[in-house]
This record gives sequence, C-alpha cells and structure tokens, in this order.
Amino acid sequence: MTDTTRAHPWMANSAPGAIQAMLDEIGAASVADVFEQIPQDHFRTTPLDLPPTLSSEIELKRDLVSKLKKNSDCETNLSFLGAGVWQHHVPAIVDEIVGRTEFATNVWGSYQSDHGRNQAWFEFSSQLGALLNLDVVQLPVYSWGCAIGHAMRMAQRITGRSKVIVSQLSDPERLSVIRTYCQPSAMESHIEVVMVAVDPTTGRIDINDMKSKLDGDVAAVYVENPAYLGTIETEAAEIARLARAAGAETIVGVDPVSLGVMTAPGDYGADIVTGPVQPLGVHMQCGGGVGGFIASRDEEKYVLEYNGFLVSIVETLEPGQVGFGLACPHQNSYGSREHGKDWTGNSTYLWAIAGAVYMSLLGPEGFRELGNLIVSRARYAAKCLSEVPGVKIVWPDTTFKEFVVNFDDTGKTVAEVNDLLRARGIFGGKDISGEDNALGQSALYCVTEVHTAADIRTLCATLKEVLS
Amino acid sequence: MTRIPEFRAAKWNEPVVMEMGRPGARGQLFPAPEEEVTQAVGTNLIPGAMARKDSAKLPEITEFEAQRHYLHLSQMTLGMMGISLFGTCTMKYNSKTAEYATLRPELAEVHPYQHPDTLQGVLEIIHDFDGILRSLSGMDQFIFQAGGGADAAYTMTAVARAYWQDRGMLGQRTEMVTSMQAHPCNPATAAAAGFKVVNLPLEENGYPSLDALKAAVSEKTALIMINNPDDMGIYNPEIKEWVKVAKEAGALCFYDHANFNGVMGKLSARELGFDACMFMLHKTFGAPKAGGGPAVGAYGCTDALAPYLPCPVVVKDGDRYVLDEDRPKSAGKVREFWGNIPQVVKAYAWSRAMGADGINLASDISVVANNYMDKKLAEIPGLEISNPSINAHRMEMTRWSLGPLTEETGVSTVDFANRMADYGIDPYWMSHEPWIVAEPFTPEAGELWSKEDIDTWIGVIAQIAEEARIDPEMVKTAPHNQAIAQVKGDAFEDPAKWAMTWRAYQRKILGENKAKGVA
Repeated sequence: MTDTTRAHPWMANSAPGAIQAMLDEIGAASVADVFEQIPQDHFRTTPLDLPPTLSSEIELKRDLVSKLKKNSDCETNLSFLGAGVWQHHVPAIVDEIVGRTEFATNVWGSYQSDHGRNQAWFEFSSQLGALLNLDVVQLPVYSWGCAIGHAMRMAQRITGRSKVIVSQLSDPERLSVIRTYCQPSAMESHIEVVMVAVDPTTGRIDINDMKSKLDGDVAAVYVENPAYLGTIETEAAEIARLARAAGAETIVGVDPVSLGVMTAPGDYGADIVTGPVQPLGVHMQCGGGVGGFIASRDEEKYVLEYNGFLVSIVETLEPGQVGFGLACPHQNSYGSREHGKDWTGNSTYLWAIAGAVYMSLLGPEGFRELGNLIVSRARYAAKCLSEVPGVKIVWPDTTFKEFVVNFDDTGKTVAEVNDLLRARGIFGGKDISGEDNALGQSALYCVTEVHTAADIRTLCATLKEVLS
Repeated sequence: MTRIPEFRAAKWNEPVVMEMGRPGARGQLFPAPEEEVTQAVGTNLIPGAMARKDSAKLPEITEFEAQRHYLHLSQMTLGMMGISLFGTCTMKYNSKTAEYATLRPELAEVHPYQHPDTLQGVLEIIHDFDGILRSLSGMDQFIFQAGGGADAAYTMTAVARAYWQDRGMLGQRTEMVTSMQAHPCNPATAAAAGFKVVNLPLEENGYPSLDALKAAVSEKTALIMINNPDDMGIYNPEIKEWVKVAKEAGALCFYDHANFNGVMGKLSARELGFDACMFMLHKTFGAPKAGGGPAVGAYGCTDALAPYLPCPVVVKDGDRYVLDEDRPKSAGKVREFWGNIPQVVKAYAWSRAMGADGINLASDISVVANNYMDKKLAEIPGLEISNPSINAHRMEMTRWSLGPLTEETGVSTVDFANRMADYGIDPYWMSHEPWIVAEPFTPEAGELWSKEDIDTWIGVIAQIAEEARIDPEMVKTAPHNQAIAQVKGDAFEDPAKWAMTWRAYQRKILGENKAKGVA
C-alpha cells in the first residue's frame, strides 16, 4: 500500500509542511493554483494504474533481485556468445571508477565544474588514438552500428556521393542500423548500400567484385577487420588503396582489443575508423554496455563533419596549465539544430571513462598479451572443435576471436545443439543459420581471455557427448 | 540567513595519463596461453600483413597509479554533489539500491543473444516497466532501444518513414513541423532522417500560434514533433487543437515528453490525442545521466504505429516473456540490441519506489518548488523572467534573463555560470539554440532539492549578482576556486590549435614549442 503519511526518502519537500510553506511564500492558495496554465479539460481522466509502491529499500531490493535471479548468466554458465557484445574481463578498478557518484551522476556536467571528467574523456580519446594511430577520436556514440552510420553519412557529405559498399557477410544487427541511417530509397538524401561478394574460401572481401562496384558514385567502402564472422582482412591496405583511387573514403571497423597484435588502421590507409567500446572494460549488461567510437586523421574535411563531442586540450588563463573543452561545438545539433551534422544528445560517455581506465591499466604490453592470448585460445578452440565428429570450422586459421562452426554433418540444427549444450551449462555460439550467408547450420563462436584451455576442453567434450 | 558554501575544489595538478609512468611498468597482467594451446596452434598467429609492428604509445603505470589517477579526476569533478538546478535535465537522486542491483552478474554478465529461457527475469522487468509507461501515457507499446532522448526522436522519424512508406506516400509526406523552441533534437533527427524541417516562430504568449500551424501543415506533412510545456515553463493551452489540426492534415503527432516532470500523473499523451511520445529514463525516471549516457529514450506509440517499431519488442506469451523479432513492417533498428537495459531496470525501480501517489506528489512538488524559486529570483535586481507579461505560474522550469545585469555590469550569463562553479554549485543551463531572450538561464527546481537547498542556490545567485557590480573582472575571470582556471576558448575553432588526442597535442603544440626551444 502507498504510504502517504511518511515523507519519501527521495523528496525533501515531501516532509510535512514543506509544500505549504512554499505555497505561502508564492501566495498561492493551493497546489492546483500553480497548475493554472493547464486547461481543466487537458487533465487526464483515467487514473494511473501502477503496481503497488515498494516504499522501503528492503522491499525494492527484494523485488529487483528476485526478478533478476530468474536470469541465467555467463558467469555461472560457460558462454561462447559474441557478435556485437563480447565477454571480456573487466578489471575491478574500472568498476570502482565508473561507479564513483561524481561520474555515475544524474548531472550532464558542465565543463567549468567537471574538469576531472573532461580530462578522463580526453584520455579516452588519446589512448584510443594511440591504439588506432589516428589523431582525432570523438567521444563514443550510441553503438558501433550507429558509429558506422554516422561515418557513412560523413563520407556522403565529404564526397557528395551516395553509395556505400559493405561486405555481403555483414552483421545483420549492425546492417539494420546502417540501413536506418542510410534512409529508405524514397528519400532524396538516401544512401544506397551495395553488397560486395565474399571469397567463399577465406571469408574475405572479393577484391575483383569490389573493383567492379567501385564506380564514381561510391562515397565509401566499409570494411571490418576482423570482420563479423571473425576473419582477418589481410587485404585491407589494398582495399583502401583502391577506394582512394576511385575517390571514395575507406571506413574501417575494428575491435579495439585486437590492436595490441593487429596493425593499427591508421597505418593501412583507413580514413574514418569505427568500432565498439564495450570490449574496453564494459560489462555486457544484456547489450546495455554497447557504444561506438569514430576516429580519423586530423584534417578539417573530417573534423568538420563529426556529429558529436570532440574534446580538445587547451590552455587556461593560468600560464602553463591545461584544461579541456569541446572543439567545433557549433557544428553539432545543439549548436545548429537541423543544420548540424546529423544529431547528438546523451550518448555513452560513461563508457569513455571505463575505456580510459581500462587502456591505462593495460598499457602497450597488456594489449599485446591480451591480443595474443585471445587469438591463441580462439584458434585452439577452433582446432579442438574441428576434431569433434561432424563439426567443421568454416575458415580455420584466419580469425581473431570469433569463428564459424558448421554442424551440417552432425544431423542436428544449431538450435538443437545449443539446447543440448544449455542443459549442460554451456551457451553455444550465436545461431547464424537463418542469416543470408549460405553457411548452412552454422554458429558464430567467440573465445576470449576469460576462456581457459580447460573451458575449451569442456566445450568439446560436452559437444562430443551430446552429438554422439 | 542563507549559508553560502565556501568551496575549494580538489586541485591535484594531475598530469594527463599519457605523461605518466615508466617503461615496463604494468597495471594488468594476462596469463600466457597454456602450453597445450601453444603446442596446438603455435605462435605469431596474425598474418604478416596485419601483424602490428609498432608498440602502441600507451602509458605504462601500476594498478595503484591508475586507481589514484582516476580517483583524483573524480575528486576534481563536482558531479552534482553540490546543488544543481539544471533546467531541461530534471536532476534526481539516483538510487544506489537500483544501481547495485544492475551490477550483479544476473544482469551485468548477461548476453542479449542468450536463449529467452535464461532471460526471463530481465524480460519480466522490461515488460512490467512497459506497463507502467503505458499507464502514464496511454500508449499501447513501448520500446527502449533508443540510446537517449534524441535517439527516441530519431526513432519517431524512422517509424514515420515506415508508416508513410507502407502507404506509398513517403515521396509526398516529406515535411516535419515543429516549434523553433522545441529541443534541437527534434529538427535535427528529422533532418538526418531525410525530412524537410518547418520551424514555427513564437508569439508574444510564448508559443506558436494555431494559425501558423494551420498554415504550415498540409498533405506534405509527415509528422509534427512538439514538447509541452516548453523550456520557458510555458504550457501551450491549445495543444489539443494542435493535434486536431495536424491530424486533419493526416500528419502523425509526436509528444516529446522531455519536460514530463511537472505533468507526470496529470496529463496523458494519448488523451491529448498524440500518436506517440517519448520519456527520458535518465531524467524523469531516476536513472543517471552519467555525464552524457548511457541513457534511454523510451519510445511509446499507439497500436496503429506499433507494427513499424524497431525490433525486438518484448511481449508476454502466456507465462513466458519473449522477444518479438517477426515484425515485417518494422522500420529497422536504430541501435543494436534492446537498449541500455540497466537504465531500464533503474527506471523501473524508481517507478516502483515512487508509486502512483509518489509520482503525482513529485510533479506537485516540482511545480510548487519552481514557483518558489521564481519568487526568490524575482527579488534579485538585474534578473528578468522571460515573457514578463505572462502572469500565470510557470511549470517545472523557467527561462530567465540576465540581460539587465549584463547591461549594467558587462557580466554575461557565461561569466556568471563560470563563477557559480566557485561555490560548488553546478553552473546553470543557459538555453538551447536559438537564444530568444538575452543572456538566458534556465533553472528547474525539481522534487529532489529541499527548500533550504533552493535558498542556498538563490543566495549564490544573489551573491554573484553583487560581485558583478563590485568586481566584474573577478567574475569574468572565474572560476577561481576550481581545479583549473578558465579555459581559453580560441583553440576550439582553430584547426592549427585544436588537439583531440595527446598525439595531436604533441605534434601541433609540444612539437612547436620544442622547435622554439621552449620544451
């Protein structure tokens, strides 16, 4: 039951007499008086129908925890799910810092009062720039797919062209977002998404097919490295060279945790680089941990097309001191409304702080060790799985942390296999059999630093058991 | 007598992390691959062309140094731990009970592609919260995919495209009509979605005229996007007629409920005639904004628009909660996955802890407190309320002008905001573009702050107004008690000076100094 006799712990002026004291000062006779602007026939007629109030912290906690405990999680189970959200280790210090109420605050934060936050933002961009070998990194947008969408629209504005080339084997989740950003074909400013074929023997972009599609209308080629299905795009430099020769921009998508062992995209000709921020110290949170970065060289043609917050280091009035603030603020939608570059608003900036702490903890050697550990264990998992009767690895030895496992010869669907695994405490890879990929009954498995060799053996032994 | 805070921010002279550390120092070690792993797969697994040759120029520091550095940065962040009457943002207490619940592995370590059988708890919360928002708005279905209020506005434009495309009229319905005072995200998202934006000017009474709307809407109008009350604290009493006029022209009507706090429990978007609305869970519903997200723009609509929603939609099927992905008319996704789910859980927690009576009381308090604040602000010479001819009480926030004080002292609203930070008070929100009153500021009292907090805030405003008269130069060079001095803004627009990363700073600024022998 609702308790109307006691003040609410979250509302100071719910204490007895507080409202009346303010009404007396205002000179209003009643609460209704201060709502005088609203015509009487605008007030709702249907009463609110909400579940019972949980007045005490004890009741609230019990409700939340008892509901959440109906979930089954990837800490208790052994999970091989990835594809846009990946299970990585989150250092405890990252949790401590993003949990600080100064950062996890209700306020949006002004630059004068929140200097430390501004510096943490700049340090996110600076460290990510060091991994990418690029000079400009924007604070993250909502997600990787959104980052790609914005990057394609940047390329459209830069080149005045309206086609983008993407891999035929793109992540359907990201692709759906990309298509939304590129608008339906009935719109005048529509961007046509052109699919480029993939070499079926390697999973990589078919360069000849790309060449045939690189006409004078192409604004950008988008290439992921590693790609959605885990493959490493060894010809990325050649793709970028061809795109440049055709007057198109090269947009690259990278997994930041691969960059201790994989070449920085700034070094193979990428013009605009996007990627997910969730691997950099953010828990999966049922997909609520995603965010996407956008980066480029420090050239005006790119800088003047960013949609969001660019944090620049600058001098202060005190000689020798530095501070931080927003560069080019007038080009975003706050400054220019419908004439701004796309739009911005609340985004995922807390994850910029998570990323800053994460990257500072790892350092160059940490990233190298991490990348090496992931690729080693993922290849090991692929190798062990290939020894399970009926199980095939579609593109062995060309992947980073994800890889395609085919079950066609087992006589079972991925859904059936995953049901059997789940009953034994294992979440199998993402079922990609319904996707437009001609890969039959296949699943996308993800192996990271959290999976030990013993975990991998458990997976393989369990698979053997359920498939026999 | 109001007690004015004597504030001194922590001032650590903290280096940029890129300057810290020593070669070989480590903050995080990873195990080497097991022997069985390296024996099976070997080493150097990345193909030569893609194997990184250089070492990333990241700092090399210890675990403690990372912790200390970022704790210092948090200490140099006010983060609302003083008093913030930041208009348009609706400052609230963010429940740590809810926060800690979301950090549990049952949510933090959950993957959205898990089988729905393993996600019943979180799906139940989403479903129940959808029900709460339906009751508050009268809408038939909510989704939470949008990563903020602006993204919910974008969701509306995507839904509108799908709606008109389904009718074969997307080529004809090409315009979006809004008020020039609407939040910038409305025109900006409509433009990014490909619509032509029609902005209605404001009249003396603070809102656009019904006649202007009638002239603007036509068979070309795809939708209107409007907030009410607006950021001036003015409620458009003709909003029902607006919706009627727009609908007669065939347009969809979207209620941007950014300013819901003063009317929650009192108005229903559906009863006013709207087809869709959005709530900001990080503002009105007690989830943190965290300095700019992760946030949620909860988007709700009628059954007529529901087929066009981005997928997935959480539905209850018997006793089970499922993710409905099979919606052939869907507009497509605006973002991957289902949304920032921890924020949905926090908003659910806020709604349950407030209850219907608490929500109603909160809107009462927020409007009463705002009028109390207005009364006190009006007593300070040099300040002027916007639209002074309007005598009616404002809603939950009010646009004010510092114009008279600026004329008298030369101290601008930006200067004034800088000085507020010296008292441990978050600088106020000024105004969205365009600035339609001189030297604007927009406070919002809300239900969180006590009458004493509001008095303290007013006391600081009065004190700075006095300082502006006695020592305007001191105010203009503020802040003086903050972690750093006022930043010089000229570099922000100067391609030769802006530096968005340490790499760029080294190249453009430090390198330059080196050349001159300074560094």
